[in-house]
Amino acid sequence: MTADTPTPYIEIRDVTMAYGSNVIQRDLNFTIHQGDIFVIMGGSGCGKSTLLKHMLGLIPPSSGDILYEGTSFFQSGAAEQGAMRQDWGITYQSGGLFSAMTLAENITLPLELYTSYTPAEITDIVAYKLALVGLAGYQSYYPSEISGGMQKRAALARAIALDPKILFFDEPSAGLDPISSRLLDELIVQIKESMGATVVMVTHELPSIFAIATNSVYLDNITRTMIAYGNPADLRDHSPQPVVRQFLTRSAAAATLDQP
Amino acid sequence: MSSQSPDYQLHDGEQDAAVLALSGDWTQGQHPARFNSVEPELARRHLAQLTTDGAALGDWDSMLMGFLLQCHDYCRAQKIEFNTRNMPHGIEQLLAVATAVPARRADAPKTESWLAFLSPGTLVRDLWGDLQESLAFTGEVTVALTRLVRGKANTRFTDFRNFCYQAGPEAFAIISLTSVLVGMILAYLGAVQLRQFGAEIFVANLVVIGTLREMGVLMTAVVMAGRTGAAYAAQLGTMQTNEEIDAITTMGISPVEFLVLPRMLALIIIMPLLTIYANLLGIVGGGIVAGGMGISPIQYFQQGESALDFSHVAVGLIKAVVFATLIAVAGCRAGINSGRSSAAVGQAATNAVVTAIVYLIVADAGINILFQQLGI
Repeated sequence: MTADTPTPYIEIRDVTMAYGSNVIQRDLNFTIHQGDIFVIMGGSGCGKSTLLKHMLGLIPPSSGDILYEGTSFFQSGAAEQGAMRQDWGITYQSGGLFSAMTLAENITLPLELYTSYTPAEITDIVAYKLALVGLAGYQSYYPSEISGGMQKRAALARAIALDPKILFFDEPSAGLDPISSRLLDELIVQIKESMGATVVMVTHELPSIFAIATNSVYLDNITRTMIAYGNPADLRDHSPQPVVRQFLTRSAAAATLDQP
Repeated sequence: MSSQSPDYQLHDGEQDAAVLALSGDWTQGQHPARFNSVEPELARRHLAQLTTDGAALGDWDSMLMGFLLQCHDYCRAQKIEFNTRNMPHGIEQLLAVATAVPARRADAPKTESWLAFLSPGTLVRDLWGDLQESLAFTGEVTVALTRLVRGKANTRFTDFRNFCYQAGPEAFAIISLTSVLVGMILAYLGAVQLRQFGAEIFVANLVVIGTLREMGVLMTAVVMAGRTGAAYAAQLGTMQTNEEIDAITTMGISPVEFLVLPRMLALIIIMPLLTIYANLLGIVGGGIVAGGMGISPIQYFQQGESALDFSHVAVGLIKAVVFATLIAVAGCRAGINSGRSSAAVGQAATNAVVTAIVYLIVADAGINILFQQLGI
């Protein structure tokens, strides 16, 4: 990982997203480098979460391709896709924790599937992962028995169970109070730095964006394509696009209200 | 507090300008004029400018705002300059907020009438869609099953055990009740007819054969479709809503192997066992009615035993396995393909039960014809 000559790690090539004939975004082209904290931003309904679903391989895009270290995800076979996915850790907007399993079972599942640890070792690793996110001792709780902020952190603990190379977050701080959301941001940065992971995050929380993002892309509602790419603080001060500057400075302008 | 009835007056000004003076209380219960009664008057005048005057306004609420918004939109559409004056505090601000974002052009209204469900085209299309989805789903399940047989599937035994418990022991009470009652109904129906020929004793044959071949397994299947099939659809639908199925997929696990197989196998193992239990209780239920008609339990069971044939038991058990598969496929398919809202989960549960029952009846008829042809 050299900061001076970053290698293209994830590439979004000519991606067009559409539901039926309704095009949401077209001609998306950008690169995410190793070690980035990359933020996908834009107003509500611009297709941020859909783009993430494409990147996660849950839905193929209408056209275009997504490459991980030069390999196309959607052109790969099931086995290669599985191998790529083992390098990912994902936290979903609604947590995505298995509600019928305790927190320990949630974290145990990927470890059982993809590692050769013994059950006793897995118990120790689960305790360590929960401690990392500040949930030590919560092994036997069900997701419904803990608060929303704790669920987000538990989901993060599951996402980092396999020490992933890429961490995906779908609106990690949505619905959290400012302090919890700041703590979560700090946690993400700490975990990212200690594991050397790359972070891809969908969010529109400005404090988070400025606090942690190193690079970003802005998806516009009206022109239906990306209109800015770069460090969010630079974009705020120097973007030629008024919409992007308004978004990043929270200007009350009708232009940023979404108009599908 | 006296209230004044709301009113408006349209005064012509100079050079295609007009003033719409509003007066009285524009509030709930006062039934002020609606905009569509003002519109023709405005249209007749070919205005270039319209000013609404609120000097004589009394009390007001959202009724007035709705009216003013329509005035504003009408003026914008007709390219008339729209102004307000002497309005109570707040109205102009509210109007500015309400008109900040232009209204989205409405989509063409859906022309589908609410009687559309009667149209044969829709019916056939819906059924065909369901059938296609079920076939595709059955294909996925078959692939997953072969992986399970080769020991490659991500299916957890603990899940399987839990589902067995939910489908089996927890269903005992309701299965007991329905099977005893159905046995009694069978016996009663038969006894009334057979008595005319003095052949009451053959009630035992009727009950044994009827229960073993048909009623025991069918009633069990209907109960399980409502109980377990719907539960599967609701569980999987909620997991879809909660992004749990996405999480499973991105963990590299096939949702069919992880979620569908344990449910389906549990039902396939449990259904024949429940059917045997239901058959026994059904025959006992028939015995109770026979007893009431003067046939002693010993006579009843002796006569019943003479009618008992292994083929009858086997037919019931084969049906149990087929029905279990159908219920699990209907339930899990509805759940996995569910939308991501609370209404969609409800619809998935309904869909699971309805499709399961249709499949059950059709399969039952098919199996009966097949076995009749084979002479079993």
